[in-house]
Amino acid sequence: MNSYYLTTILALPVIGLIIIALLPRDNVKAIKFTALGFTLASFALSIAVFCLFDRSASAAGVMQFEENLPWIPAINCHYHLGVDGLSMPLVILMTFLGFLSVLISWKVQLRPREYFIWLLLLETSILGVFCSLDLVLFFLFWELELIPMYFLISIWGSGRKEYSSIKYVIYTLIGSAMMLAGILTVYFTTGSFNMLEIGGMLAIAAPVIPLAGMFFLLFIGFAIKLPMFPFHTWLPDAHTDAPTAVSVILAGALLKMGGYGMIRLCVSVLPDIARQAAPILAALAIIGVLYGAAVTMRQTDLKRLIAYSSVSHMGYVLLGIFALTEISLTGAALQMFSHGIITGLLFAMVGLVYEKTHERNLNVLGGLARQMPVIVAVFSIAGLASLGLPGTSGFAAEFITFIGSFSSTALPAAKIYTLLGVFGIVFTAGYILWMLQKVFYGPPKDKYKGVPDADNVEKVSIFCFVAVIMLVGIYPAILTNVIKLGIEPIMRLIGS
Amino acid sequence: MKMIIAELPLLAPELAVLVFALLVILVDLFVKQKKVLVGLSLFGLAVSIGLTVSLWGAPTVDIFFGMLAVDRFALFFKLLLAIAAGLVILASQDYVSKFNRFQGEYYALVMISALGMMLLTAATDLISVYVSLELSGISLYVLVTFLKDKKSTESGLKYLLLGAVASAVLLYGMAFVYGTTGHTCMVCVSDMIESLPITSIVQNPALLIGIILIIAGFGFKIASFPFQMWVPDVYEGAPTPVTAYLSVASKAAGFAVITRVMLVLFGQPSWLSADWGMIIAVLSAITMTFGNVVALMQNNIKRLLGYSSIAQAGYLMVGLATVGMASSADLIAGRSELMFFLMSYAATNLGAFFAIIAITNKINSDEINDFTGMIKRAPLLALGLSFCLISLIGLPPTGGLIAKIYIFSSAVQNNLIWLVIIAVINSVISAFYYLRVVKVMWVGEPASKEKIPSSIALRIALGICCVAVFLLGVIPGGFVGIAEAAVKIFGS
Repeated sequence: MNSYYLTTILALPVIGLIIIALLPRDNVKAIKFTALGFTLASFALSIAVFCLFDRSASAAGVMQFEENLPWIPAINCHYHLGVDGLSMPLVILMTFLGFLSVLISWKVQLRPREYFIWLLLLETSILGVFCSLDLVLFFLFWELELIPMYFLISIWGSGRKEYSSIKYVIYTLIGSAMMLAGILTVYFTTGSFNMLEIGGMLAIAAPVIPLAGMFFLLFIGFAIKLPMFPFHTWLPDAHTDAPTAVSVILAGALLKMGGYGMIRLCVSVLPDIARQAAPILAALAIIGVLYGAAVTMRQTDLKRLIAYSSVSHMGYVLLGIFALTEISLTGAALQMFSHGIITGLLFAMVGLVYEKTHERNLNVLGGLARQMPVIVAVFSIAGLASLGLPGTSGFAAEFITFIGSFSSTALPAAKIYTLLGVFGIVFTAGYILWMLQKVFYGPPKDKYKGVPDADNVEKVSIFCFVAVIMLVGIYPAILTNVIKLGIEPIMRLIGS
Repeated sequence: MKMIIAELPLLAPELAVLVFALLVILVDLFVKQKKVLVGLSLFGLAVSIGLTVSLWGAPTVDIFFGMLAVDRFALFFKLLLAIAAGLVILASQDYVSKFNRFQGEYYALVMISALGMMLLTAATDLISVYVSLELSGISLYVLVTFLKDKKSTESGLKYLLLGAVASAVLLYGMAFVYGTTGHTCMVCVSDMIESLPITSIVQNPALLIGIILIIAGFGFKIASFPFQMWVPDVYEGAPTPVTAYLSVASKAAGFAVITRVMLVLFGQPSWLSADWGMIIAVLSAITMTFGNVVALMQNNIKRLLGYSSIAQAGYLMVGLATVGMASSADLIAGRSELMFFLMSYAATNLGAFFAIIAITNKINSDEINDFTGMIKRAPLLALGLSFCLISLIGLPPTGGLIAKIYIFSSAVQNNLIWLVIIAVINSVISAFYYLRVVKVMWVGEPASKEKIPSSIALRIALGICCVAVFLLGVIPGGFVGIAEAAVKIFGS
């Protein structure tokens, strides 16, 4: 049964970018509206898919909206797309951020045509990663994402943009090189690239290399992307030097490719190895949480501060995954979505503050609350959501993750890990409140007199973020009902 | 004699190239309008392509008393070589003004070297291998010196001297093989080796020396380590279209012949093929690492692509090593992957060089830094070049990625995972220097605002290459099918 919803979602940004490429260079308005139209259409369609998504208990573990066509018959490779409870929220997250990132980029002036072409290509490639069910296709989209990211950072970035962009590319390529070797070993053990089949086949086939090696090869690429301590050093550079909209997508959706890959290809394909490796990985997760938070406290650059806070927050995701309980995995998946929205908003806010004041240094900024009431309100909401205030999505996600990991039986000493992890929240509260105070409060400064507040386009985009944060915070079941369907079959594999 | 005449139609693709090459020289004497020569040579190559395609369905036969084979393997390469030669001639339009007086000779030499390579891919006897190798080699020596300036002459001389040494080494190796087995025909040699009362190559030092010398002789042609030192100098000094031709056609022909020789001559028994498979695997690892690491330090685009082509030869040798490791168990492993990689490599490298021809022709410099801001001066050329470089890294949506996945996958299957890990790490290293070129073209302000002109012919050639690279990356199925059909002839 083939329905072409997913292909259409993937293809819309590509069609948009082709049209943009054909538009005249100086017709900036048409370029922007084309980009907006196609990302909005893609977002609307993904919402439609979300509404049509079968939430009944019988749908657990079943791929929906599946499309499967032969692609390279010689190596049994298919154009195979589908979504389940795990990938559905991430698809929505990406189309949502894709649409908003166009709004956020509304004022881009340097080579706008090329800029939107790369932005749309980036959206398609990330969506492709979440929708692919064939390893080769998955890898193709995984690599495709590098090209637009490289150009977006190195042309439209700031600071040491060339250094940061090549650092990003090299880190990712090292990971994907390992992943390719891992994928090939999986293929020659099972004879299949089908992500749904390989798990069952690996359990019975004679592996070409030890399964632990396979797990490691696949895992490294995801660990770099997530990023897991100690592979996180590309992230602050890339984030700090990327243009605002790209930071939003990077933090919002791109990092989630790592967490998604871990659940989809490491935990559910090689559950036994995952269980053996869990203590080490959970320890690295906790180090990431605490180290990331500690380093965040020392930052004076607003953007770098948010970037390091991502390292800390993605540690919760890693902890949730390798606590290996149904609740913790659900929490991790929800945390991915929630962090995507919250950090996306934080980066958008930093971008706004920078655009108005041309300053990112915390020690120079100050007293802005009076000039920009809307920005200060929304920034505070985002900050409070990030530290897990009840009523926001951050609270729901972190709370579920910790409950799940605390009760974990698969992970030895899970309670200690969890308690250490909870300390991260204390740090978070520290640096978020400290940052808000430094930027917005204190005596007003003369040089920021007459600095404007957010304009209408900006208000639309940031209010969209706030609405989603609140919606998921107040009614998390809207997502957990879906996520649950994706997590249940994995739990059957882990067998606890 | 009668038999030979009866067999001539099977050699029609080569004959067409020969006839038209001679026609070009002849017509050159009488016409002032040199564009006619371009049309004539392109038409000749098109005829040859058509004839090749028409022979595709025919059964495999040996002609000229076992000297040449007309099989799909050879036809595949003849097709590839004729297309490459045609594209090079098309793209030379922006360059021939530098040697206006000798246009006719230039086109004729390109075609004659193509003829030599086409024969090389079909050769099934050590004698015919050697003769066709020299035919292509000598035309290429002349082409490299065509600019007649200091650099070009120096590189031509270097190429000639090293090429002559390599030929001598190859011939010496063949002499050892002949001495051991008493035959020059590949199949007969193979049969003799199988009947030898030995179970390991070290028991017969003469044969061992023969194999090593033959690998060394061909190693020169494909620029494998440690026979690669001519590459950067020759690539830098030669006229750019000739560099493109060398890097693609000469390499493809080299891989065609080395695959056939290793497979038919030394393919059986399996202890023998596993032995040379391992030698090639080790050479492959060194070749790609050397090429990539040295390429990091290059500032001249032609030298950079020279080292890059050494690295790419390393990846291709992964396929060759796989052929050796797998030859008795699996009849197509390694070979179709090798051929797919060659298709993708040919399209990619030709495309990259074509863009470079147009750009360097205008700015009169091969320095990478002078490419700064090229996206503004020549959007199409810079876009095409970037796309080809991305394919050389092996990123989607290009043939380069599929080719790598494909060639590495068969290597993993045949227990060469260590080699694959070295190869993928090499791909990461290569991203550094390829992206550096992309970066200077996209980021930064150009030195002048002046547009870079390029002829329609060159744009067509570049367009064909880029479309081919894209199609190889998006719908590889059909191309893989062709490659598989082409290698199925090597039944044991």
